[in-house]
Amino acid sequence: MDWQALFLSLKLAAVTLLVLLPSGLWLGRWLAYTRVAGKSWIEALVVLPLVLPPTVLGYYLLVSMGGASPIGAWVQQTFGVRLTFNFLGLLIASVIFNIPFLVQPVQRAFEAIPRQLGEAAAVSGLSAWQTFWRVELPLAWPGVLSACVLTFVHTLGEFGVVLMVGGSIPGETKTIAISIYDRVQSFDLTGANQMALLLLLFSLGAVAASFFASARLAVRR
Amino acid sequence: MSLLRRQLAVWTAAATLFLSALPSSHAQAVPTLAAASDLKFAIEEVADRFEKDTGNKLRLVFGSSGNFKTQILQGAPFHLFMSADENFVYELADAGKTEDRGRTYAIGRIVIMVPPDGALKPDGQLKDLAAALKDGRLKKFAIGNPEHAPYGARGKEALQHAGLWESIEGKLVLGENISQAAQFAISGSAEGGIVAYSLALAPSFASRAKFELIPESWHKRLVQRMVLVKGAPPEARAFYQYLSTPAAQEIMVRYSFAMPKE
Repeated sequence: MDWQALFLSLKLAAVTLLVLLPSGLWLGRWLAYTRVAGKSWIEALVVLPLVLPPTVLGYYLLVSMGGASPIGAWVQQTFGVRLTFNFLGLLIASVIFNIPFLVQPVQRAFEAIPRQLGEAAAVSGLSAWQTFWRVELPLAWPGVLSACVLTFVHTLGEFGVVLMVGGSIPGETKTIAISIYDRVQSFDLTGANQMALLLLLFSLGAVAASFFASARLAVRR
Repeated sequence: MSLLRRQLAVWTAAATLFLSALPSSHAQAVPTLAAASDLKFAIEEVADRFEKDTGNKLRLVFGSSGNFKTQILQGAPFHLFMSADENFVYELADAGKTEDRGRTYAIGRIVIMVPPDGALKPDGQLKDLAAALKDGRLKKFAIGNPEHAPYGARGKEALQHAGLWESIEGKLVLGENISQAAQFAISGSAEGGIVAYSLALAPSFASRAKFELIPESWHKRLVQRMVLVKGAPPEARAFYQYLSTPAAQEIMVRYSFAMPKE
């Protein structure tokens, strides 16, 4: 069992979620309510990381953030940090890669809220912020929760993008998925089995728990 | 409402706690070695020995030499690069990424490797491979990706030398690196493959595979070269030097690497 890789994956999943949750909530809610022209294009852009092969996404990220790119070179000169082959690089890639997994369920959850509720809240004198906290979010919560679980679990299994922008450095960018791949290659099938099984059980458990929680929350409200 | 707030608070607290408990990315201090996949078992042993002898730790990353070259060009934080092909080292040197033009550390060999009870005989002259291609015994054959894995490129040359390239091309499975090709070769989904001699000698492959050397004259020499990347810390330099000690060389020779006479 490669504990270092497992912890790295858990850390990546947690930080990805922390970074993505506020902006994803906002974007999902905005997409649910807006009637802006070109909405389909924005929605398509949000879904793109889902349909794009991870290696293609990883390649573009590597080329656009690498030390040889203008962005990568500028960031390195200005802030002294590299955007690829380290945790920061993985995080950026992971956040982009997970946008559809967070935003889509959030958007569906907000779309499901009857519009009259918002109007009623406004008539009752609630501010937009209060409406969000007191009316919308509690109603959308099951969807938001499953979005979070999806994002977290999905990050644990991320492979192609990590391989492209990560470089498989132990303790820094070698995630559990990469470690499983390495073990298979060196014919350590016992190690690969253990880690694959752990990932399988964890994913299953997390998704089942989120369904259970969503059902409970749905009943309660 | 309060339920929601409470959940958010608990969740945030848990996440914060969890993050602070994790090891931070201070890992930058440990020197990192990017090594060609054929070195997987040999270098792990050398690195263990190095740690025992000097107390210095080393992070090992294995993969295809061509990918490492690209990654180092993109600024990957590798300090020492052990390539399976000297040309990748020269390309990096020309791009100004390395301290110098490096040093040859070994000459590699390739073998044909098959599962012990498979349909194919491990025959270094590739005669049985030719026969198996004709009589339909061969469904899949593994080599490393010739585009970026040096052992894959030599495997391709050997197949070309034997006059088999055109007929076998449609049946090839390409490993991303030679270690993956070896795994394909004996996993039962392919009838065999051409891989690095050093991998065939590794303990974890010994019981799972039979192999025979392919004549050296059938392919370009596998001159393996290593180099220090610019900005490498002293510990990386120490390992670079350590590789020419008798202790390290004994291990390398045991894994089939011929020592260069430079």
